[in-house]
Parts: sequence; C-alpha cells; structure tokens
Amino acid sequence: MPAVQLNNIKKCYGALCVLDGINLSVEPRDVVAVIGQSGSGKSTMLRCINGLEQIQGGSIDIVGHRIEPGTHSLRSLRKEVGMVFQSYNLFPHLNVAENIMLAPRVVKNVPKPEAWETAQMVLKQVGLADKVGAYPDELSGGQQQRVAIARSLAMKPKVMLFDEVTSALDPQLTGEVLKTIAELAAAGMTMILVTHEMGFARQVANRTVFMYKGQIWEEGRSEDLFSAPKTPELRSFIAPNLK
Amino acid sequence: MAYQMHFGPVLDRAPEFVDGTINTILLSGQGIVIGLAIGLAVAIIRVEGPRWLDRIAVAYIEIIRNTPLLVQVFLFFFGLPYIGLRLSADTSAIIAISFNLGAYSAEIFRAGFLAIPKSQIEAGLALGLTRLQTIRYVVIVPALKVVFPALTGQLTLTLLGSSVVCAISASELTLAASKVESLTFRSLETFLVAGAIYVTLTFVFRFTYWLISLWLFHRKDPARFQIAGALPHGQERVEA
Amino acid sequence: MIQSFGFSSLPILLYGALWTLILSASTFVAAGIFSLIFALLRVLGPKPVRLLIAGYIELVQATPLLILLFLAYYGLSFLGYYFPPLAAAVISLTLYATAFLADIWRGCIEAIPKQQWEAADALAMSTPQKLRYVILPQAFRISLGPTVGFLVQIVKNTSVTALISFVELTRAGQLLNNMTFQPFEVFLTVAAMYFIICYPLSYYSEYLQGGKRARSST
Ligand SMILES: Nc1ncnc2c1ncn2[C@@H]1O[C@H](COP(=O)(O)OP(=O)(O)OP(=O)(O)O)[C@@H](O)[C@H]1O
Ligand SMILES: [Mg+2]
Repeated sequence: MPAVQLNNIKKCYGALCVLDGINLSVEPRDVVAVIGQSGSGKSTMLRCINGLEQIQGGSIDIVGHRIEPGTHSLRSLRKEVGMVFQSYNLFPHLNVAENIMLAPRVVKNVPKPEAWETAQMVLKQVGLADKVGAYPDELSGGQQQRVAIARSLAMKPKVMLFDEVTSALDPQLTGEVLKTIAELAAAGMTMILVTHEMGFARQVANRTVFMYKGQIWEEGRSEDLFSAPKTPELRSFIAPNLK
Repeated sequence: MAYQMHFGPVLDRAPEFVDGTINTILLSGQGIVIGLAIGLAVAIIRVEGPRWLDRIAVAYIEIIRNTPLLVQVFLFFFGLPYIGLRLSADTSAIIAISFNLGAYSAEIFRAGFLAIPKSQIEAGLALGLTRLQTIRYVVIVPALKVVFPALTGQLTLTLLGSSVVCAISASELTLAASKVESLTFRSLETFLVAGAIYVTLTFVFRFTYWLISLWLFHRKDPARFQIAGALPHGQERVEA
Repeated sequence: MIQSFGFSSLPILLYGALWTLILSASTFVAAGIFSLIFALLRVLGPKPVRLLIAGYIELVQATPLLILLFLAYYGLSFLGYYFPPLAAAVISLTLYATAFLADIWRGCIEAIPKQQWEAADALAMSTPQKLRYVILPQAFRISLGPTVGFLVQIVKNTSVTALISFVELTRAGQLLNNMTFQPFEVFLTVAAMYFIICYPLSYYSEYLQGGKRARSST
C-alpha cells in the first residue's frame, strides 16, 4: 500500500487553479523529488499533503489518514508527517533542545527524559550534537535548517516533506543540509522533496516529478527523467541546469 | 433597574451642545495648529540645533510627556499670572494644549526626519540648498508621510484630551454637557449625547486628516515636486 | 483655614500619590486581563466577535476618558446603582485602557510571522498549544516596551478622576491649593511627583524598545 496517494486533487484561488488534478503515489521508502518552475504549484502540493492548505477536490490518503475537501482535524495526521520549510521557522525564543523537545512533550506527552534522549539522538543524526544549548540566532543558516530537520525527526514521522530547504542557503551550507537529507534517504525514510538542486534530485531521489502549470507533467525514475526527458517543457526546464 | 431614558429634556438644550461643540473645535483646532508648529520647531532643533538647545528640547519633551495634561492645564492657568500674564481660562487652555501637543508631535516629527535616508539630504545640499531649505523642500513631505498615522493618532488624543480643560471652566463641550446635566438632572442621557458628539467629531477630524493626506501625498501637480523632482528618485513621488 | 505650602503639605500629596499608584495598578491588572482576552479574540475569534471587539476599540478610542468617567459616575447611578468614585474610576479607566492595550497586544500577536504558526501546525500542535508555547512567549517579548509605555499613559490618565472628586494626586493638589492659595507651588510639586513616577517607566520603555520609536499619546 502506498504511503502517500494523491487522487486527482484540486486547489484553486478564485479562478486560478494552482493544482489542477494531481495524481501521485509514493511507496514507503520512496524518495520523490518535485521539480518545476516557480509558481508551478510545488509548495502548494506539499502544503496540501499535511493540511496547511485545504483542497477543493479529490482526496489524499497518507499513512492511514484521509484528507478530503473540508477535512479539518489534521492533528493526528501531522503527528506522523514531518515538514521542513525553506525559511527554517525555528522558534527563536527556544534553544535547540527546547525547539526539538517541545512538540514531543506537549503533543505526544513524551516524558522529559525520553524526549531529551530523542533530542540528542536526532541532533547527532544531523551532526549538531554540540549545539543543544544554542539559540537559533547563534546558528548559521545551514545549522538552523539541520535543527529544523532534527525537530521534525523527533516526532518520529512516517513521511517527511521538504520544501526547498536549501534555497535560502549559500552553496557551501547547502552541501551540509543535502548530506543530512541523503543520509535520511539511505536510512529508509519516505520523503517528498521540492528542490531546485537537479543534481541532488537525480542522485538521491529514486523518482522525480516535474510539475508544470498545476499539473504533473512528467514523472518517472530520476535517472530516466533527467537523461531522457520526454516533453519539450521538461527538456527546456532542465537544459540550463545540465551545464 | 427600570430606568426610563428621556432624551427630550437633554435635546431641548441643543443650543448649549452646539456652542460646546463649536468651542471644542475652536479650542482643539487652535491647539493643534500651534502645537504642531511648536512640535515642528522643536523637532528641527533636535535634529539640527546646537547641543545646548537640544538638551532644553529634550527636557521640555520629557517633562510634558511624563506629567498629566490636567496638571499642565492647572499650571498654565494658575502659573501664568505669576509672571504677570493674566489670561482667560480659554486662552490658558489653548496654551496648555499647544505645549502638550508640541512635545508629542516633536518626537513624531523627529522620527519622521530620522526615517529619511541621509542620501536624500546630501543630494539636497549638493544642489546648493541650505539645510533649512533642504528640510523644507526635500525632507518634510516624505517625513510627514512616514509618520502621518502616528501624528493623526496623536491629534485625535489631543481633541479628546481637550475635554479635561473643563476643570478650569474653559468653554468646551464637556463643560457645556456638565451645565446641561446640572440643569436637567439627566446625567446618563447628557453624557451619552456628549460622547456621541465626540465620536462624531473624531471621525470628522480623521476624515479631514485623510483629505489632507491626499492633498499632501497624492498630488500629481508636478510643480509641487519641482525641486525634489530634480533629485534621484525621491520618495516624494507617490503613485495615486 | 489658610496655611502655607511647605513640608507639612507633603503628607497630603503623598497620600494622593499612593492612591494614584493604587488606581494605576488596579487599572493595569483589570485592563491587562480584558486586553489579553480581547486581543486573542480579535485575532482568532469568529468573525462577529472580531468585529464586535474592533467596534468596541474604535468607539472607546473615539471617546474622551472624562466622558466615560462621568457616564460611570453620574450616569450609571441613575440606573439604580451607586458607584462610589473609586469604583467609577476603576471601571471607566479599565474600559478606556482596555481599548488601547488590547489594540497594542493585538499588534504584537500579529507581528509574529505566520511561518511560526505554520511550523507549530506542522508539528501537530493544537491552537492553545501554539499560543502557549510558540506565539504568546514571542509576542510577550515584543509587547514589553509598548506595555510599559502604556503604563505611563495609565498613570497620567488617572489624574482625570480628580474631576469626580476622587482623591488621588491631582485632587490632593486641588485640595491643598484650596487651603494654601499657592497654586503654582502646589501644582509644580504635583507635576514633579508625577514625573518621578512616570519618568523611570518611560525610560525603561524606551530602553526596551531600543530607544528608537517615538511614543504617541497624551
Ligand atoms: N494564498 C494565495 N492566494 C492566491 N494565490 C496563491 C496563494 N498562494 C499561492 N498562490 C499562487 O499559487 C501558485 C503556486 O504557488 P506555489 O508556491 O505552490 O509555487 P511553487 O511551485 O512552490 O513556486 P516556487 O518555486 O516559487 O516556490 C502561484 O502562482 C502563486 O502565486
Ligand atoms: Mg515554493
């Protein structure tokens, strides 16, 4: 059974349909890269998957939950789906450990010692074990993003969503974040990642989806998609990136 | 509990309310004009003036802002005779309100001046304008635009704050209402009517400020920005 | 009885100052409770509630405190309640202060970027949890400076209660003036006492706000 399945979902702002009948199926342990021009609806799709945006048509099945137009109570779903944002969105008034422990403690009622242990574990996973006590504004962008990933991991999600998590970073810091994500992929995490890093998508994602004007224009194994794009739109999209 | 409201006897006193309203408009109108003039002068002193004058300006601002208007009214009313100025309650009230607003608006104007990029002022000076000319032609309008909401908020507080001068029997709306109240014994109705007039006045004043802002900031009259227009892309140009 | 203004007059003024402080503190506590509720409902409540609160804020901000005070003191007693000056003072000051403080705090809550809400959302937090752990602690920090600044306004605003004969600092000054006929000395001292209460608060407020913003208020 797929971990995530989008069935013909629609999302419109007034007359503008940002998602226009999206079908997508993600198996457990899949790593799916989502690429496409700015404004093609990549973020919107990701935000619909964990209910930050309401859908207007179709349905989403995700790790045993179903989202339909009008679905409201999404908290139980969000406990199992992690999301990492382009702008990190760490809580600036909490230090790294508190950022990571907050949701497990208050949402899942995990006892403090256990939450603390998890925090240390996930921090080690992202290579920041020595930053437990730091505040977000004391960290570089790359470090903040890795803490955000750790914060998400601490909820022990079954699926993780990444929305252009490196596009606010300069190239040097991008590398460390991508490395973290690649390690997660290797560890078998199911992931959907919107990215502008074509090389990374090709390497790490086993499947890639190309979005164009609110639709999934082309999809397939990353290897095939990048080496032999079928549609002219995808060809012209990836052409400048191949240099 | 079973209180019957009777606005009749209160509304029979309409002439008193009308007088009071006119007096409040005159009182706060004069206070606003003089107060803004003081505020502008003090703000220029704070930004451009010599250090000793700046010190005095700061002292003035802090003293006014950290004491109640009512006490200031008493001080001007009772204190001015000491220096040989015997003024009517109305005049004392206007003076007190003006000095009060002067302090608040000075800080608002100053914030506006400081919000204007240095390059704008340098450009003005580079064109051979004096500092005061630069302020007059280059700085004031964009600075006003930045602080306009804060300024009009302050003017509303001044309008409504003017009610306290009834304490020295200066003629204005609240004093008129108190008189009506003592004649009709209809306290609730009287002060409800007075409150409604103040609310209306507030919105009328705000509407006026809005018109002024249109006139100041959205005019497409090219002559107005003749001098500023010579500068590299001033913020004076506002798309309507 | 005519006496002259001097050190012997100070106890009256100090007594008045004490009541100014009591009145200010009660107003701040009461207005603080209402303002928190109003600010939250103004941001998160259902539309009719949001409009109602916005209307309240607009209306009270367009009314002089003195009129509210007279309504509470003279007006409501006709409804069959007798409001002693203290009660009328606290009620009207609270109504008035809430309209401003709720507005200030709403601004602080709205100043928290929506990404913070979303991050908390994505972590499956409930609305009370988001407020309690993520939004309000941050909003609280931003609000400190303006709130302390508003405290100065409250202290100064308590002076109008002198006009319903509530004996606080300004009224104490009036009474003393009636005894001494030395208004200038008396009110200068009264002003100095207000300054001593208010200036440290103003200074602290400015410090909390990085000394940048101009305060605006009477
Ligand atoms: N709240 C909104 N109201 C109206 N239109 C919106 C809203 N949010 C997004 N859109 C529109 O939806 C479209 C898709 O936006 P989305 O953010 O999903 O694009 P994207 O593929 O993630 O682009 P990018 O690469 O720039 O992040 C855009 O045209 C955007 O303008
Ligand atoms: Mg996006």
